[in-house]
Amino acid sequence: MAYSDKVIDHYSNPRNVGTLDKSKKTVGTGLVGAPECGDVMRLQIEVDETTQTITDAKFKTFGCGSAIASSSLATEWLKGKTVDEALAIDNMEIVEELALPPVKIHCSVLAEDAIKMAISDYRVKNGLPALELAHH
Amino acid sequence: MLKLPIYLDNNATTPLDPRVLEAMMPYLTDVFGNAASRNHPFGWAAEEGVDYAREQISALINCDPKEIIFTSGATESDNLGIKGVFEMYAQKGNHVITCTTEHKAVLDTCKHLEKLGGRVTYLPVDEKGLISLAELEAAMTPETILVTIMYGNNETGTIQPIREIAAIAHKHGALFMTDGTQAVGKIPVDVLADGIDLMAFTAHKMYGPKGVGALYVRRKNPRVKVTAQMDGGGHERGMRSGTLNVPGIVGLGKACELARLEMEADTKRLSVMRDRLEKELLTLEESYVNGSVEHRLPHVANISFKYVEGEGLMMGVKDLAVSSGSACTSASLEPSYVLKALGLSDDLAHSSLRFGLSRFTTDEQIDYAIGHVKEAVTKLREMSPLWEMFKEGIDLSTIEWAEH
Repeated sequence: MAYSDKVIDHYSNPRNVGTLDKSKKTVGTGLVGAPECGDVMRLQIEVDETTQTITDAKFKTFGCGSAIASSSLATEWLKGKTVDEALAIDNMEIVEELALPPVKIHCSVLAEDAIKMAISDYRVKNGLPALELAHH
Repeated sequence: MLKLPIYLDNNATTPLDPRVLEAMMPYLTDVFGNAASRNHPFGWAAEEGVDYAREQISALINCDPKEIIFTSGATESDNLGIKGVFEMYAQKGNHVITCTTEHKAVLDTCKHLEKLGGRVTYLPVDEKGLISLAELEAAMTPETILVTIMYGNNETGTIQPIREIAAIAHKHGALFMTDGTQAVGKIPVDVLADGIDLMAFTAHKMYGPKGVGALYVRRKNPRVKVTAQMDGGGHERGMRSGTLNVPGIVGLGKACELARLEMEADTKRLSVMRDRLEKELLTLEESYVNGSVEHRLPHVANISFKYVEGEGLMMGVKDLAVSSGSACTSASLEPSYVLKALGLSDDLAHSSLRFGLSRFTTDEQIDYAIGHVKEAVTKLREMSPLWEMFKEGIDLSTIEWAEH
């Protein structure tokens, strides 16, 4: 199965690989997937408290090229968005942007879950209720 | 100049040796006759080619030329051997013994027998991929008609104790069959000394063409018979109907002859290269050999690089053609059942790469592979949250993973 050019680009030159300080109140962390499933994604956001804008996003992913590309793309999209805008990101947008084949749709689902989990973590840290996370 | 990509997936298939192609060429053009045409020179010439191939093949595995039944490949040979024995010896019993790391051609054929009322024992393997002779002995019953255990494993290269297995099968009056697909042409296989009654093998794993294989069926001590699985002209002593693939058979014959003459030198060269590749890659932290190091085919290395996912790794080593125990593309997301049977956890099975060397692999290619894999593993680990956790001393088994 051939990968799309965009997947190859994100895999070869991943954006925003790294780690944010998870002890900070302004940082939200989402860790999804499981080693035995062959995918683990960790996505982190740093939020400006006054504007509710995501100022930084980082990821680390254990997984196939499509999983790495999905999380790399997600960090790119998150930066500059408000938390509410970020919540609206749908996995199918990632599928379209990266031209993922049907067998790789779960990679985009994982990325969406990671975004929502990171936001939920940020909310809880700041005294807001956790998000109701959909279980895929 | 090193030509990229480099092919190191020779357990999947090998390139055709140019000398094999040369031997086949006349049979694709001038000598086109049907080997079953007994009444004109076109048929005689084709039959002569087939007979010569039978001799070349039997010289490699030490059998009588008449004991070779040509098929379309090892999958068909496995099917014919197992189903054919099951049907032929139904009077005697309905129990077959195999093991969990067999190729699907054997496992799925055995599952088919179960649907037909057969009873199948799937022996487990230890962490090296070897079956236990004591467990085999304990599984034998008066109804056991066949023990079928592969010679060398396609994923790990682990070689089973074939002679001992054959002896146990015979002691209890059962036939012994082996899937010799990865072993024949690579290591010495002697059906007489090994006590093999039936053996499946194929041309394209030993530098021959695809689409042709054989089933060895012993003719004396004991005389083994299999029920044909295809009806037709009664070719191959009635066991396998269908016009013979003469060019393919000639290619299989030539491939066997080359293997017989060059095996010793190839084995020496390949195992040195394989060991160097393996030693270098094991200098990477948290990397492990899968399968038996002591009992192994000379050209195979299967290594898990912990905290890196195999499919992602294969994409990182895009200039190498290798295969992975990870199966992220399959709907089930299940990693290799062979590696899991060795007791590997799912995450380690997902992190494996299989390297299969060939007669045509060069030292220069191995050097390149070593550098390329090391670089990719290092890069992907920097990107891996699991690697970061490992480095921080976090026990991954204590984490509650959000399964999806």
